[in-house]
Amino acid sequence: MPHPMTPLAIRAYTTTSALGRGLQAHADALSAPRGGLAPNDFSVAPLDCWIGRVAGVEDEPLPPELAEWDCRNNRLAWIALRQDGFAEAMRAARERYGASRVAVLLGTSTASIGATEEGYRRLDHGRMPADLHRPVLHTPHSLASFVAAAFALEGPCLTVATACSSSAKVFANAERMIRLGLVDAAIVGGTDTLCDSVLFGFNSLELVSPEPCRPFDAARSGISIGEAAGFAILERVEAAMDAPLLIGYGEASDAHHMSTPHPEGLGAELALNDALARAGIAPDDVDYINLHGTASQKNDEVEAALVARTFPASTRASSTKGFTGHTLGAAGILEAAITLLSMRDGRVPANLGAETPDPLCGPQMAWRPEAADIRIALSNSFGFGGNNACLAFARAGRHA
Amino acid sequence: MSAALSVWVSGIGLWAPGAADWHAFSEIATGAATPGATERPLAEVLPPNERRRAPESVLLAAAAAGQAVRMSGRDAATLPCVFASAHGDQVITDYMCETLASHPRELSPTKFHNSVHNAPAGYWTIATHCRASSSAVSGGEEAFGAGLLEAATLAVADDRDVLLASYDIAGTGPLGDMTSTTGPFAVALVLSPRADGAAVRLDITPERGNSGIEALGDAWLDGLVATNPSARAVPLMRALALARPAALRVPAARGLDLHIDIGVAA
Repeated sequence: MPHPMTPLAIRAYTTTSALGRGLQAHADALSAPRGGLAPNDFSVAPLDCWIGRVAGVEDEPLPPELAEWDCRNNRLAWIALRQDGFAEAMRAARERYGASRVAVLLGTSTASIGATEEGYRRLDHGRMPADLHRPVLHTPHSLASFVAAAFALEGPCLTVATACSSSAKVFANAERMIRLGLVDAAIVGGTDTLCDSVLFGFNSLELVSPEPCRPFDAARSGISIGEAAGFAILERVEAAMDAPLLIGYGEASDAHHMSTPHPEGLGAELALNDALARAGIAPDDVDYINLHGTASQKNDEVEAALVARTFPASTRASSTKGFTGHTLGAAGILEAAITLLSMRDGRVPANLGAETPDPLCGPQMAWRPEAADIRIALSNSFGFGGNNACLAFARAGRHA
Repeated sequence: MSAALSVWVSGIGLWAPGAADWHAFSEIATGAATPGATERPLAEVLPPNERRRAPESVLLAAAAAGQAVRMSGRDAATLPCVFASAHGDQVITDYMCETLASHPRELSPTKFHNSVHNAPAGYWTIATHCRASSSAVSGGEEAFGAGLLEAATLAVADDRDVLLASYDIAGTGPLGDMTSTTGPFAVALVLSPRADGAAVRLDITPERGNSGIEALGDAWLDGLVATNPSARAVPLMRALALARPAALRVPAARGLDLHIDIGVAA
C-alpha cells in the first residue's frame, strides 16, 4: 500500500462548462439547482439526444498571436483560462519559479480532433485544406502544447489521454513531479469539446440517451455528452497556506474489458483504496463524494454498489453529470472544481435528473441539494480501457 | 550535481522495420548484423483472438512491451505501465474522420473504442491481468522523452518497477500528411528504482533547451529517427546496445531535454 502523501496546495482553480464561465456561474447553477443540458444542435447531422454545450465558443477565435492554435478545443481552453484570475495566477507562478520549473500536465480524450474532422469534410483534392494545414492541431498533444506556448512555459509538458479519467490522473502526475523536486508548480486540468467523433462514436456503442441523462435513476437510459475546460495550479503547501488541499489520489486498472467496467467494480475499488491510503484517511472521514455517475447502466450499477458497501450513511454522494453532461476527458477537472466549490460553499450538489433511485443505491446518495460541512471530499473518474482514478481533497488548514 | 532521477534498466523491447526485436536491433546497432526483412510485430502477450483482431498500434506496443517484461523477469500483472505515443492509432483516426465526413451514422463501434489513445494500455492490462495504474500519454514529437520522464518519475516516486512502451504507426490519408510519420516503430523499457542485478543505470536530469537531433551516421538508424516520433529513442537504444558509459540528450518537451548519463556495471 502507498504511504500517506504530503498534501499539496491548490493555489488557484477554475472551470467552464454548460453551466457557464468560471466558478461563480457553477456555484449559482448548483445551488439553484439548474442544469445546462439542451437538445443537441451540434454538427451537420445532429443526433437526437441532449448535450452540454458551452455558449459562444464558435464566436470567439483566439487572438492573432495564437492563431496557429485556433480550433474549438483550444478556444474553450482559452475562455476557461481567463476566468477567476487564472491566467494571472499562471503568470505569477511562472514569475515565482521560472518557466522551466512549472509543469503543464493536461488531460483530454479527443483534443483538437474536431478540427481534423472539419478538414476531412472539406478536403482540397484529397488533402487537408490550406486553413487547416496546421500540424500542431492534428495531434492529441494540441491542448497541452497550446497552453505551454501561450504562457511561455518550458517545464515538463505532458498530455494524459486515458479517456474519461484523463484530467483526474494529471493531479497524480503533478504530485510525483513536485515531490521529487522536478518542478515547483504544475498546471493541471484539461479540455474536451463536442465533436462528431464522440457524439457518433458513443452513439455507435448505443450509450447515448435520447433524453437528458439521469444518473442512478432506475430507468436511466445512457449518457449525455458535454464539453468543458478546467485548470488548477498545484504547489507545495508552504507556498499557499490558505488554499484547499489535494491530500490523496488513486489510480488502478480493471483488467476486464475495453468499454465495460469490471462487474464488481474491482479497479474502481483499488483506486479508491489507493486514494484513501495516500490521504491517510478512512471511509468514515469522507464527507462528500462526487461520483463518476455517467448514467450508463453498467457504470452506475458498479459505482452505486461500491459506495453503498464502503461508506457510512453520513457520507454524502452525488453525480453532477445531470448538470453538465459527461465531459469525457474534462470530467476529472470539472468535477474536481465542483467538489472544491461544494467544500467552499458547504453545499452538497443534487444528483440532478434522477426521480426513481436505483435500488442498488445506499443511503449516502444526495438526491436533492443539502447543506453540509464538507472537510474531506473525493472525486471519482473512470475511463474506457478500465482506467480508474480517485482524487481526495481537504479544506484549507485541515492538514496544515 | 546529482541526477534528478536514477533508474535501472531491467528489460528492453523494440520493434523496427528490419529488426523485429531488441536482439536484432542491438546486433545491427553494434555492426554485427545488417537490417533483415520486416516482420509483423509478434504480440505474444495478447490472446490469439485479440492478436488477430487488434489494430496495428496495439500489436506494435504489445510486442515491444512483451519483450521488455520477459527480459526483466517481472510479472506484468504487477507493473504500473505508461504507454506513450505522439499520434496514437492514425489509421483508425483517418478511418473515423473519413467515415464521419461521409456516413457518420455508420461509424464502427469497434473502431471507435479502439480509437482511444489508451487502447494499447487497455488491451495490455486486460491481457496481463494488470490492475496497477496504467496511463496513455502524448507529448507531440517529444512523446518518447515525455513518456520516459513520466515512467522514471513514477518508478522513483512510488518505489516500483514501471513498464514504459512508446510506439507510433505510419500515418495514412490527409492526417498522415500532417503528422509526417511514415514508418512504424516501438520501444519498451522496464525501469527499476533499484539495481536488482540490472547492468545499466540511467541518470536522468531535465535541462533547459532543445539540442536538436544529431545524426548518428548510420543510414538505417537515422532513417528510423526521421520516420517516427517514438524513434527519437534510437540514440538511447543504440547507446544501450553498445553497453558503454555515455551521455546524451533526449527531447521531452518544447524547450526541455532530458540529459541522460548511461552507467554500465563493470
